[in-house]
Amino acid sequence: MINLSIREMSSLLASKQISIQELCGVYHDRCRAHNQSTNAIITLNEEFNADQILQAEKQLNGNQLLAGIPVLHKDLFCTNNLKTTCASKMLANFIPPYDATAVKKLNDSGMITLGKANMDEFAMGSSNEHSAFGAVNNPWDLNRVPGGSSGGSAAAVAARMSPVATGTDTGGSIRQPAAFCGITGIKPSYGRVSRYGMVAFASSLDQGGVMAPAADDCGLVLSAMTGHDTLDSTSSKQPQWQWKKPNSPDLTGLKVGVVSTWIDELQDEGIKLKTLEAINHFKDNGAEIIDIELPYAELAVSAYYVLAPAECSSNLSRFDGVRFGHQAENAKDLEYLYRTSRTEGFGEEVKKRIMIGTWALSSGYYDAYYIKAQKIRRLISEDFSKAFSEVDILACPVSPELPFKHGEKIEGVNMYQADKYTIPASLAGLPCLSMPIGFSENLPVGLQLIGRYFDEQRILSVADKYQQQTQHHLQMPEAFL
Amino acid sequence: MSINRKELEEIAALAQLNIPEQQVSQINQSLNQVMNMIEHINDANTDEVKPMAHPNDAWQTPRQDEVSDCSHKQALLSLSAHADEDHYLVPKVIE
Amino acid sequence: MSTKTQWEMVLGLEIHVRLDIESKLFSGMKASYGASPNSQVSFLDAGLPGTLPVINQKALEYAIRFGLSVDAEIPPVTVFARKNYFYPDLPKGYQISQMDDPIVGKGRITIETESGSKTIEITRAHLEEDAGKSIHDKYDQYSAIDLNRAGTALIEVVSEPQMSSAKEAVAYMRAIYTRVTHLGICDGNLQEGSFRCDANVSVRPLGQKTLGTRAEIKNLNSFRFIEKAINYEAKRQIKILESGGKITQETRLYDAEKDQTRSMRSKENANDYRYFPDPDQLPIQISSTMIEAQRKRLPEFPEAKIERYIDQLGLKADDAEIIANDLAMSHFFELSLQQSKATADLNAKFLLGEFSALLNTQSVSISDSNVTASAYAALLDTIENGMVSRKVAKQVLDDMWSTGQTAEQIIKEQGLGQISDASALSDLIEQVINANPDQVASYRNGNDKMFNYFIGQVMKQTKGQANPVQTKQILEDKLNNE
Repeated sequence: MINLSIREMSSLLASKQISIQELCGVYHDRCRAHNQSTNAIITLNEEFNADQILQAEKQLNGNQLLAGIPVLHKDLFCTNNLKTTCASKMLANFIPPYDATAVKKLNDSGMITLGKANMDEFAMGSSNEHSAFGAVNNPWDLNRVPGGSSGGSAAAVAARMSPVATGTDTGGSIRQPAAFCGITGIKPSYGRVSRYGMVAFASSLDQGGVMAPAADDCGLVLSAMTGHDTLDSTSSKQPQWQWKKPNSPDLTGLKVGVVSTWIDELQDEGIKLKTLEAINHFKDNGAEIIDIELPYAELAVSAYYVLAPAECSSNLSRFDGVRFGHQAENAKDLEYLYRTSRTEGFGEEVKKRIMIGTWALSSGYYDAYYIKAQKIRRLISEDFSKAFSEVDILACPVSPELPFKHGEKIEGVNMYQADKYTIPASLAGLPCLSMPIGFSENLPVGLQLIGRYFDEQRILSVADKYQQQTQHHLQMPEAFL
Repeated sequence: MSINRKELEEIAALAQLNIPEQQVSQINQSLNQVMNMIEHINDANTDEVKPMAHPNDAWQTPRQDEVSDCSHKQALLSLSAHADEDHYLVPKVIE
Repeated sequence: MSTKTQWEMVLGLEIHVRLDIESKLFSGMKASYGASPNSQVSFLDAGLPGTLPVINQKALEYAIRFGLSVDAEIPPVTVFARKNYFYPDLPKGYQISQMDDPIVGKGRITIETESGSKTIEITRAHLEEDAGKSIHDKYDQYSAIDLNRAGTALIEVVSEPQMSSAKEAVAYMRAIYTRVTHLGICDGNLQEGSFRCDANVSVRPLGQKTLGTRAEIKNLNSFRFIEKAINYEAKRQIKILESGGKITQETRLYDAEKDQTRSMRSKENANDYRYFPDPDQLPIQISSTMIEAQRKRLPEFPEAKIERYIDQLGLKADDAEIIANDLAMSHFFELSLQQSKATADLNAKFLLGEFSALLNTQSVSISDSNVTASAYAALLDTIENGMVSRKVAKQVLDDMWSTGQTAEQIIKEQGLGQISDASALSDLIEQVINANPDQVASYRNGNDKMFNYFIGQVMKQTKGQANPVQTKQILEDKLNNE
C-alpha cells in the first residue's frame, strides 16, 4: 500500500477496493507510529474533517484523481481551524480562520489533510534544526538532518507517513530536503502557486510546491495547486497548466545544459559520481549535453542573503504581540510588549535574519545593499536566459554535501554557502526540482533540474522519464518498511 | 562591512528585539560574518543594470471597488488574549 | 543699539484626503465611517499572516483625476512601498504608501491671498493606507485599538514649502478642499476626518535663504485651528531662537483648548522607516487610456465657473465667487436659472440674500432645502413678471418652505398679487392725491421729500401690493403734470 503511486491509490479507491477512510487510516496510523522517531509532524489531524471526506467522495465520483488521497501540509500554510505554527513559539497556538489558497485548491480536489509538517522556523534554515518543536530526523539515518526548511515534509514522505506533502521553497527549501531524503520535490515558477495564506518569508522568492516519491505524483498535485489567484497580486495569469505524464522515456532532441564548474568543484566524490551517472543516463537516452556557464551565479548567495532577510524583516513585523500569536505577560508599556513578545516568540536564526534585513534596509545601506542585490538578481536571471537560448533544461547538483549529522554544522555562513546551487534558480524565479539519483555512503543523492519560466511540464517530464527507467525513487529506508 | 555594538543596538531597537547582554558579542560577530559574505555583491559592476524586484515581468491587475468581505469581529478579537468585546488592548500609550 | 530680527514663516502642508470609495485600498472590506469597532476589518487589515494586498482600481482613478486637476504629471508606472515602524494602530508593522514612483508628480494650484493670486506648487501626491484608531480614555491602564479605519484609502498631497503666513496656509488648504470635493473624490466631512492636514512650520530671519529647522503639527482637521496652530507654533519657535536656543525637529500636536502645540511622545520621532518597494505587489501600469478617461471626468472648477458667471451671466464678482465655490449652491443656482425667466443677477442676489437667510435660520444647507430649484425658479418668475415685489416674495418663500405649496398657490390664496393694473392704480393714486391737498401743494412748491409720503399712502391703501415701479411712474405723472 505505502509504496503505491497516487495513480495506483486512486485506482484502488475508484474501484472501491479500499475506502477513503481506510486509505487515510493507514497513513494516519503510520504518522502515529513514526513521529516519535522522525518528529516530522507538528500537528496530526486527530479526526478527519467530515466535510473533507464528503467533498472527497463527491470528487471521486467525478473522477478526480486526487480525491481521497491524504496530504501533509508544511506548517507554513494556513489551514482553517487547524493550528498553524510555522514551527515557531510565536505561533504555537495560532489557529487561522482561513485556508491558504493552495490548501483550498487541494481540498477542492478532494485531498484529505493528514496534518501539519515540521519545518525550520518561518522557513529559515537548511536542516530543520531550527524548529521550536524540535529537530526532525532523517529517516535514512535518524542521527542526521533531513534538510530544510521543508524537512518535516521530506522526512514524512521518505518514511511514507504520507504519500505526498506540500512544501515551500525560497532558496532551496524543497529541493535540498528532497535530495537529503531521497524523494522528488518541485518548486514551481514564481507566480504559479498563489502565496495567499502561505506565511510570508521573502515575498519575491517564496513559492509553494510539492514533495512526493515520484515526479508523476508531484505533477498531479502541483497542477491542482496552480492557477491565478485574485487575492495574490504577484500571482501569474498564465493559463491553467495540467500535468501530462510522458509515455516514453526517450529524451531524443532534448538539450541538457550542465554547469561543468559546479560539478568539477564538488568535493564529495560520491555526489560527483552519482551526478555524472545521471547526466550520462540522459545522454544514453538521446539527450545532448551542452556545457553552460552562469558567470554571476557565484554572487547568488550573497545577493540572496540581502534580499531574503530584508523582505522577511518587514514581513515579520506583524508579529508584535498585539492581535494574535505570542503575547508577553504583564507588559508594563508598549515597548516592553513589542520587544518581549518578539524576543520570546522568535528563535535565534529568525532574530538573526531580522537583524540582517533591518540593517540592509536602513538608511545609508539601502542602495548599497538592497538595490545592488536586486541588480545582481537581474544579472543572474540574464545568465539563465542566455543559457536557455542554447538548452532546454539545466541539470546540476542540489547540495555539495550529503545529509550531515545533527549539530555538525553551526548555523552560519557555511550553512548559507551550501545553498549555492539552489539559490540562483530561486532568484530568477525559474521552475526547478530535485529527483533522487542514487546513494552514496547509504545516504540519498539528488539531482536538480531547472527549466525555463513556466516550463514545469518539461522538467517534470524529464524526471518522470528518468524514473520510468530507474528505481531510486521507489527506495524506502528499511527501518520504516 | 561590519557593525559595532552601538549600531547593533540601534538595529535591535528598529526591529523591536532585545539582545541579552551576554549574547551581544556573539551576535555581533555572527552578523559581521554574514555581512562579510554579503560584501561579495560588490564584486560585480552593475552600473547599467536595472534592479529586479520580481522575477515575473508583469503588471498588477487592480481589483474592482466592491465590498467582497464581511465582518470578522468575533474571529479576530478571539485571536488575542488581550481584547475586550470591542477592542484590542495594549498598555496605555500617551501621545 | 541692537536691531530686532525680522522673521518670516516657511510653511509646507501635507494634506490627507480620504477617498470616497466603497472598499479599502487593498482589501475588499467596507470602508464607511462610524461602524461599530473592529467590525470592518478583513484578515489583511488585521495583518494576519499570509494575507496579501491587491490595489483598488477606483483609488487609482481618483488619484489620477486629482493629479490632472492640478496640472500634475501622471507617470506611466507607479509602485507601492512599505514605511516600516511599530505602532498599535498599524497592524502589519508597516504602512503601505508610495516612495519613489508616486501616482501624481509635480503640480500646482492657485490661491487667493490678501496681496493677490499666488501659485503654490505641489511636490507630489500619492496613495497610501490609513492607520487604525487608538482610544485612550476607555481604560486607565490600556489603550483600546479599533482597526476599522486601518487600510482605508488616502491621497496624501504634499506642497512645496511656499506659504509664508497662516492665512496663506488656510487658503491653500481651502483650495485643495474645494478641489477634491468638486472632483467628487472626497466627501469633505471634516468632523469624520475625511480631510486632515499636517503643517510643517519653520521660521527664519527675513532674507535668509536656508530653511530653519521645522516642526510638524499633525492631524489638523479644521480651517480655524490650522491658522491658530501655525501662528502659535511660529511664535514659539521665534521665542526659542531669539533666546539663543535651537528648534528640535519633531512632531507636535495642537491642543485647541489651550491654543498651544505640544510635543508628541515617541511614535514617529527619529525613526528610520526603511522604505522599500512592497515585494507583495507587482508594479502598476498607468495607460494613457486610463488617464484620458479621467480627464473626461474633470468637472468645471470654481475659477472657471466664476469667470463664466461674470462674463456670460453678468454676475458681480463677489456674488459669483460665493456661489461658484459652493458646489451645492452653484448646482441649485444653475438648475433654477435654466427654469426661470428671471435674470441671473436677480437670481443670484435673491439666492445669496433672502434664500440664504432662510437657510441660516433653519440651520440647513442648500442640499437639504425644502424648496427645490424648480419651485425657487417659479418664485423668481413672480418677481420678474411683476406679480409680487421682492419684499413680498420673501414672505412667499417662507410660506413655501413651511407648507410645501408653490409660489403661485400661496400668492393666490393670500391675495398677495401686486396691483399692476395701470388703470386701477391710476384711480387709486388719484384718490390719494385728492385726499391730501396740503401735501400735494407742499410737493409742488419744491418739497421733494413729500413724494415718499404719497408712495407710503399708496402702499398703505394697497397693503404693500402696489407695483412700486408703476406707482412711482403714475404718481410722478400726476403730481408733475397737473
